[in-house]
Amino acid sequence: MTERNRELFALIPASLLVTAGFTAVFIQRDDAVSDVSLVYGAVFLALCLAVHIVLRFKLPNADPYLFPLVAVLACFGLVVIYRIDEDLAREQAQWFVVGLAAFAATVVGLGDHRRLERYRYVIALTGIVLLVLPRVPGIGQQVNGAYLGVQLGPVSFQPSELAKIAIVVFLASYLRDTRQMLVQGARRIGGVTLPPIKHLGPLLMVWGLAMLLLVFIRDLGSSLMFFGGFLALIYVATNRLSFAAIGLALFAGGTWFFASTVGHVQDRVATWRDPFDDRLYDQAGGSFQIAQSIFAQADGGLFGEGFGQSLLTTPDGTVLLPVAETDLIYAVITSEVGLFGAVALLCIYLLFVERGFKTALLATDSFSKLLATGLTAVFGLQVFVIVGGVTKLIPLTGVTLPFISYGGSSIVANFILLALLLLISERARAEAKGAR
Amino acid sequence: MNAPIIRLFVVFMVLFAGLVGATSWWTVLAADSARDNPKNQRDLFKSLEVRRGAITSAGGTELARSVEGPGDTFEREYGPEAEAVSHILGYYYPLGIGDAGTERFRADELSGESDDLDTLFEQIAGGTADVGYDVRTSLDLDAQRVAIQQLAGRKGSVVALEPDTGRVQVMASVPGYDPATLEDEDVFTDLSSDEENSPLINRATQSGYPPGSTFKVLTAAAALDSGRFTPDSALDGSSPQTFSATPLSNFGGQSFGSVSLTQALTQSVNTVWAEVGVQLGEETMTEYMEDFGLFEQPPLDYPDTQLFTSGTYLDNELVKPTEQGQDLGRIAIGQAGLLVTPLQMAMITGTVANDGVLMEPRIAREITDRDGRTVDEVEPERVRRVMSEESANQLTAMMREVVQSGSGVAAALEGTNVAGKTGTAEIDIANNINQLWFVAFAPADDPETAIAVTVERAVGGQGGQVAAPIARAVLESLLD
Repeated sequence: MTERNRELFALIPASLLVTAGFTAVFIQRDDAVSDVSLVYGAVFLALCLAVHIVLRFKLPNADPYLFPLVAVLACFGLVVIYRIDEDLAREQAQWFVVGLAAFAATVVGLGDHRRLERYRYVIALTGIVLLVLPRVPGIGQQVNGAYLGVQLGPVSFQPSELAKIAIVVFLASYLRDTRQMLVQGARRIGGVTLPPIKHLGPLLMVWGLAMLLLVFIRDLGSSLMFFGGFLALIYVATNRLSFAAIGLALFAGGTWFFASTVGHVQDRVATWRDPFDDRLYDQAGGSFQIAQSIFAQADGGLFGEGFGQSLLTTPDGTVLLPVAETDLIYAVITSEVGLFGAVALLCIYLLFVERGFKTALLATDSFSKLLATGLTAVFGLQVFVIVGGVTKLIPLTGVTLPFISYGGSSIVANFILLALLLLISERARAEAKGAR
Repeated sequence: MNAPIIRLFVVFMVLFAGLVGATSWWTVLAADSARDNPKNQRDLFKSLEVRRGAITSAGGTELARSVEGPGDTFEREYGPEAEAVSHILGYYYPLGIGDAGTERFRADELSGESDDLDTLFEQIAGGTADVGYDVRTSLDLDAQRVAIQQLAGRKGSVVALEPDTGRVQVMASVPGYDPATLEDEDVFTDLSSDEENSPLINRATQSGYPPGSTFKVLTAAAALDSGRFTPDSALDGSSPQTFSATPLSNFGGQSFGSVSLTQALTQSVNTVWAEVGVQLGEETMTEYMEDFGLFEQPPLDYPDTQLFTSGTYLDNELVKPTEQGQDLGRIAIGQAGLLVTPLQMAMITGTVANDGVLMEPRIAREITDRDGRTVDEVEPERVRRVMSEESANQLTAMMREVVQSGSGVAAALEGTNVAGKTGTAEIDIANNINQLWFVAFAPADDPETAIAVTVERAVGGQGGQVAAPIARAVLESLLD
């Protein structure tokens, strides 16, 4: 069976899932099966088919599983958002159309991902500008204490979503050029392999950028995501564990320093360590979110309360589980489909990560390998940061759960990420076939 | 570059394993602690969307029901009948003052949670019950009303039990309250700060009073069942006699000569029963007090916080006579630090009526669904045999004498033999304030009900004059 036919078959369960999901929500809501659930399923299937046709013509050899995995995530997310708020689901569906358009535009317009290398400094600059944009007076927004949003007229978006791709593209390109020098110029001092002084500068700059994010944008999660992606790249590029370890130590040290000196970082850590503390719980932007997230998940148990059954608002309409459609959507999912459903979801993410790394393995040139690794790593780390935050494994910060959380910038950015992975995959697999 | 990529994937697998672990922690391993967290009000809010079951009397009259409230919620409604049964019923205001009484004790059944419904299938199917079960009590609403009328505004309590099942037929406590008014928290605050009348207190289960001469029933049971005495055993009934270095007198200072135990019970001769107590000794008295259920919380289906443990108290501490030397003679006649609830007295009386077997008292009789089908029958539970059937029959004969010819004639019913005992515990001799008691069961040969009546801090009067007529009226209503 060809790659594209496998993909087509894999899409069938995705569309069945969306139909079943909507049906469940309808039954819960109105005690009736509505044909609207079938319409949703059909529209979704049609969109998937459209993308599939684009892939069939433009990327016939690309990985057959990445897109169906995304389709499952997206349709599951749509059902959960629909269950939270019908209007948001309609907007989210529209964002999917935009996201798919961005996906198609990337596949068709870019053609070959290696063209990105030529613009790496422009891309790097764009990434940094995007990151600091939320702190620009007038357009920046503070959400839950972190500066992650930008309001431009009627449109608000989270530039960090796009910035993560830009930064990864730059790092992949930069490390492709310097990796040999980093390895060869390395010296062992006191049993630890250190990169050459000449190249330490740019690396320290990336570290500085991560620290800037932490203090300036006030978001530990994004900071962890970017820096984690960077460490993954430097490790793969040099195969020197010590480089990654030094980076990790620098990051940990910096985080510890700011967590003990900068007020808002201190608060974040305090709410994480003791979410049930009376003072932190009642404080604005305090531990109410994480506490409610835990309570909602505790109701889920092994099998969950069922679609549409989790309590999100009190009977008088006050919000009980805040930001349920974005940051805390994983808590809603756990509450409604339980541990088994949540683990199934994590498995889908892990499968995506596996396909991403597989793509990196198959790629033949360094840039493609590094780009695929970096994109996959930031994607996986994003899942880790938000799910880890919601489950109190790490401090909760506001990043989206890819393809599931409500939000246009997240959808569009992640579809572009998917397009880049598929472009890399197409080239790698076509070459492999040609070689055979 | 491939080896580090594979290792990197292993790192991601470890990270994701951490996520699975954290999710398992909150959904399963630590779920109970999260659910029990006082900040977690999810169950409370969910419960508002449950149509809570009704609480009904034995005859099926709805005492508490749920009606549709704002949005998808339901509100508790208490009808006009509720005031007469306020303490047993309790109240349920989850967004206000909370809950109490049967509303609290039977919360799981009323909100539809039941152990046998927690099947795997229902967990998979998801969702919680949105309709609760009804709780049918064994309350006789008519007799309850009679009890309250008879108390006529005097502070006090009436408890009536079915001896062979322990079912609570009457549990009146005056003054009471109207559960419907407690929705207003200010009313609740006012009532709870009224220390003069303490209307929120269920005097039947929460108030310990000196039982006075009614306690001679327990002393007599110990005397007969231990084999040390018979109803005909003769003792010195002269007055006063010295117990614990203090003179003890009979009622009115009356001196009796050598009298049998039967006569001593009929005439409530203090000096005889005090002597019996002393002769039985601390071990035997304590043993029978424990067997009759003192020194432990009564096994009533009612919240722990609303149950007083009857027994001998020293400086507000429960101390058994065996633990510390006490005035055993005065304990035997229901004085000297002895504090007993009306429920406990009804249990003692019911044990004699039930041929010596103590039953667990029960308010609820059965749990039914909204269509009236029985979901769960509340079965009678036997606590223990306290005394032999023979001793119980002897004591019954002695108690019949009390009503036929002794201090309890005011409780006599036409056509039905009543066995009983009066009590007048002196609380404040200077101001002539007494705790008045009467305990009884009827019919004496085949008891259908055992009753305890008390009137709190009455000025003047005796148990036989004040409490016995109340018991008579309630017995009449119950046996009707």
